[in-house]
Amino acid sequence: MSLLTVIGVLPLIGAIILAVVPSKNSELIKKFALGVTLIVAVISILLATGFDKADTKMQYVQSNSWISSFNINYAVGIDGISLVLILLATILLPIVVLATWNESDSGRWGVKSFYVLILALETLMIGVFAATDLFLFYVFFEAMLIPIYFLIGGYGSGNRSAAAIKFLLYSLFGGLLMLASIIGIYVISGNQIGATFDLAQLAILEIDNQTENFLFLGFFIAFAIKAPLWPFHTWLPDAAKSATPGTSVLLLGVLDKVGTYGMIRFCIELFPDASKTFTPLIITLAVISIIYGAFMAIGQSDIKGLIAFTSISHFGFITMGIFAMTSQGMSGANLYMVNHGFSTAALFLIAGWMMARRGSSTISDFGGLQRVTPVMAWTFFIAGMSGLALPGLSSFVSEFLVLVGTYTRYPVAAVIGTLGIVLAALYILIPVQKALQGPTTPGNENLKDLNIREKIAIAPVILVIVIMGFYPKPVLDVINPTSAQVVTNAGFTDPLAQVSK
Amino acid sequence: MLQTSANLAWLIALPLFSSAILLLIGKRANSWGHVMACIVSASTFTIGLVEFFAMQSRSAENRAVTQKLFTWISVGSLNVDAALLLDQLSICFVLLITGVGTLIHIYSIAYMSLDLDRRRFFAYLNLFIAAMLLLVLGDSYLNLYVGWEGVGLASYLLIGFWNQKPAYATAAKKAFVANRVGDAGLSLAIMIAFATFGDVSFSGIKEQTELASTTQLTAIGLMLLLAACGKSAQFPLQSWLGDAMAGPTPVSALIHAATMVTAGVYLITRSNFIFDAAPTAQLMVVIVGGITLLFGAIIGTAKDDIKKALAASTMSQIGYMILATGLGPIGYAFAIMHLLTHGFFKASMFLGAGSVMHGMKDEVNMRRYGGIGKFMPITALTFGLAYLAIIGVPPFAGFYSKDKIIETAFNAGGSKGLLLGITTLLGAMITAFYMTRVVLLTFFGNERWGHKDEPAESPALMLIPIGLLSVGSVVSGFFLARGEALVHWLEPVVNPLKEHHSGEFLSPIIVSLLTLTAVIIGISIAVNKYRSAQADLAPEKVSILTTAARKDLFQDSINEAAFMRPGQSLVGRLLKIDYLVIDGLVRAVGSVSLTAANKLRTLQNGYVRSYALMMVIGALALIAVIWSVTA
Amino acid sequence: MAIANYLYLSAILFTIGAIGVVVRRNSIVVFMCIELMLNAANLAFVTFARINSNLEGQVVAFFTMVVAACEVVVGLAIIVTIYRSRRSASVDDASLLKR
Repeated sequence: MSLLTVIGVLPLIGAIILAVVPSKNSELIKKFALGVTLIVAVISILLATGFDKADTKMQYVQSNSWISSFNINYAVGIDGISLVLILLATILLPIVVLATWNESDSGRWGVKSFYVLILALETLMIGVFAATDLFLFYVFFEAMLIPIYFLIGGYGSGNRSAAAIKFLLYSLFGGLLMLASIIGIYVISGNQIGATFDLAQLAILEIDNQTENFLFLGFFIAFAIKAPLWPFHTWLPDAAKSATPGTSVLLLGVLDKVGTYGMIRFCIELFPDASKTFTPLIITLAVISIIYGAFMAIGQSDIKGLIAFTSISHFGFITMGIFAMTSQGMSGANLYMVNHGFSTAALFLIAGWMMARRGSSTISDFGGLQRVTPVMAWTFFIAGMSGLALPGLSSFVSEFLVLVGTYTRYPVAAVIGTLGIVLAALYILIPVQKALQGPTTPGNENLKDLNIREKIAIAPVILVIVIMGFYPKPVLDVINPTSAQVVTNAGFTDPLAQVSK
Repeated sequence: MLQTSANLAWLIALPLFSSAILLLIGKRANSWGHVMACIVSASTFTIGLVEFFAMQSRSAENRAVTQKLFTWISVGSLNVDAALLLDQLSICFVLLITGVGTLIHIYSIAYMSLDLDRRRFFAYLNLFIAAMLLLVLGDSYLNLYVGWEGVGLASYLLIGFWNQKPAYATAAKKAFVANRVGDAGLSLAIMIAFATFGDVSFSGIKEQTELASTTQLTAIGLMLLLAACGKSAQFPLQSWLGDAMAGPTPVSALIHAATMVTAGVYLITRSNFIFDAAPTAQLMVVIVGGITLLFGAIIGTAKDDIKKALAASTMSQIGYMILATGLGPIGYAFAIMHLLTHGFFKASMFLGAGSVMHGMKDEVNMRRYGGIGKFMPITALTFGLAYLAIIGVPPFAGFYSKDKIIETAFNAGGSKGLLLGITTLLGAMITAFYMTRVVLLTFFGNERWGHKDEPAESPALMLIPIGLLSVGSVVSGFFLARGEALVHWLEPVVNPLKEHHSGEFLSPIIVSLLTLTAVIIGISIAVNKYRSAQADLAPEKVSILTTAARKDLFQDSINEAAFMRPGQSLVGRLLKIDYLVIDGLVRAVGSVSLTAANKLRTLQNGYVRSYALMMVIGALALIAVIWSVTA
Repeated sequence: MAIANYLYLSAILFTIGAIGVVVRRNSIVVFMCIELMLNAANLAFVTFARINSNLEGQVVAFFTMVVAACEVVVGLAIIVTIYRSRRSASVDDASLLKR
């Protein structure tokens, strides 16, 4: 049994134990969940240390027959791209559990169900990044919706039921299109090499252009909804506004990455020709997302809506980097997924604490926090600076790589995308000014600063943001070979410098 | 092969760690934080001096040293090391930054002594020093970019240091956003450079400059100019500098006069190999510099806020430097020379203004000053020395550096040279006018402050740095210009002697005489106008020109009309479109199914008879279908 | 007498029954109309058995009778229950299914 399977199954076992053992002691439940996620995080770091960076093949592979009549296997394995995303998920989870200790207390179904759902979600998140069998991926992809649906609908705030249903239906719609494409490619594989769901084998199929385009679109729309890309984005702000901060972190930080991850792993690897056909369209959508998301973020009065729209802008960058089809763009996009995960996590967690203290998520209800709660204000500021890609913090490296990688192939897109970094200054600094600076808003004088638990939870995130800004090499070393491989397999080579040395 | 030095990283690491420590430790460091910050700043100056003397002892070709720290970003053909480069150009900046920086640190101990957040202030100052040193020491555009945005951050934090006042917080934001526009230019320049050369380091690009087409180089040059405009408050991104005076005065002296705002000059000088090969970009540099030098000067004539008057002056003086950098190889050296002398006299003036404010209970309106010279003699003396330096009276520092720029402008050749020469002369005249105005309104004339308390001279901790800086503003020009010391020093970096002089249009003596005449005209107009007793309120009825100058030549109105309001209305519209159209379509899918379901639901009325009727109708329809198919 | 007449009678009986089900409100009458339709069908079965000279139709007719008997039992029970709770035997009063 591969170590990968162990990591994947551990949280599920934890969830089952939690569900079966009758206990009303919510502190104990929380500690148990924290323990399980911590163990998983530690093992996943062990997994990373045993990972061979130079090897672009799948590692830690395991394959067992599951439904043999359709040749469906339980097949898992990781390469550089999936490894960093799994690490992102497993590291963020204990942080989220610790940071949102009291979030579930007022939920509809109690504390225990909350952590059962969270743990189950962790298994699914690991599974979705590890699956190398298309059918298995699909199962994880759709199953992931269930815990999130209940987490939003049962523990959120405001219009939570409507937001949860919108999220679920929107995602199911995408998933359905993808299912059609999956069946399509399965049938084609049956005609050519014997029916299979194995990714590596599906990648070598010869598909005629029109069919390939349709299959591609089925996958792409599903991932564009997940990522989300303009104009499929409207579920995200609603979901983020209604979900608890912890759920939002998982939703934006990890789950949405399935969209961009899927674009690389399935859209480009399975359908390189169709990817080429649709690249102009996708780059256009990505650029629109960058600018549109930024403008929308500027106009938000709700802090959660603001973070959601900044994420839409950042997902635009990621998608642009992916479809630029250069090694810089691809590596940058992958790195961006990780960096965005951490900076959004920081923003959402701190915003969550701010909201819990003030009892409001309207930005203008805060004010002068820098003087009342300096630590909270500073951590928010650093996270915000990472969000606007300040050099020296993590997002900068990835944003720069994406822009440079895009410029070498699509200069116009990169130039318009650069406008996004000006707008980023606005959408971060406006809330910073409103919430952290200025005179203290009446009612905020007695807000408590972060307590020890919250400091412990946020410290690693801030640390990662700073370290990855100065020394992104370890992560880039993992990402680079796989990214280069993806670009090469798709039939692209990096544009050469215009002048020869 | 360049020599390596292990000291360079300390230059950046020391202030960076100090800043981090001060911020992390928090209130516990209140009692000793400022001392540590000063010591750290002084030690960076010491390292700078050590490096300088070591450099001097080497031959001209071997003076540059590098230090590779680690591989920062390496993807595909893009390889960027975190590496530092100290050459003849950067050492000038290192000494200026750490030297003036240390003096201002010391000054701030006294100036900020009553502020509860003094520790935080010093943390930001150290952060600034670290970022600024990284800016001038980075060996590639990308490393420079880190420092470039780092100083922007420090400037943002320091402008908004007293952000309890919403206006100050807004000023900080404005500065950051205007700078970001410039930063976008720099990042575009890096992208174009990478696409063109496959490299982003100075040396790598310099080697290949000749291979690139003029179009490519012009594109890079224009983007670099945009970056310089943002950071150095040049037209059309100049509007933030006046508002930036919201920061504490030492900040205005260090960041918004002596060092950070001159980063644009550094960038263009550092990129001399690009601009020299891109005449169009160079012309744009000259135009921007020319416009800004007049723009700033005109604004300076009407400002009653002493700091804003000085800020306008800074803008104008940097206009001189930018103009000089656009005048080809010889211009770079003169730009740097003016930059260094300006660093002394402008910092001295700002600190002097701070000293006056200290004595005047933070009053900044010059209309409420007057006759302060009697009460604060040392401040007045030092301010006077810096004043003589900035207007360019021989043998003070400004004389050497500004005359050289005016001379180079005249010698640029043809009608362009004449136009530039007259522009710079005009600038010199206006400079003399507004600086004389500042001095007269502040230190001479009738006492116009409305209270009984006489202003007291500032403590020694403030006066000593001012004194040292004013000594610098007296002698620095002489030392830098003696035997063309700086020109020769910078020669390996900017190749000033490569250019063949196309004959002199005007000889240095004539230029000096012309300048002096212009200066005297400016002074006499000012003396004539402000000799008499002044009211403590600004006159209401003034010419259109004065109104325009008071309103900063409508720069904010234009920005608001051109960008802010259209941007706000765009955001408002997008919010509506997003809700009504995009999300509207999604919600339409839901509401259509709901409506359809509601309509169909009326069929389910619960009456057995209607169900039975439907069954009958169904059966009949079925029979009809079968019949029609079989028949 | 032509054997087709039995079929005509069966059709007429069925139509009367169907119309009764649709137009009458009293559940007992509706119920009797249903019985009428069943018996119309029975008549058709028996007639076809006669036409085709085999027993299958008659066998099915017996089955129908058995089913009809069961139906009477269940149906009457329901009607009685409804009558008890609603004090009415009108089918329109038992329209709870719509919500």
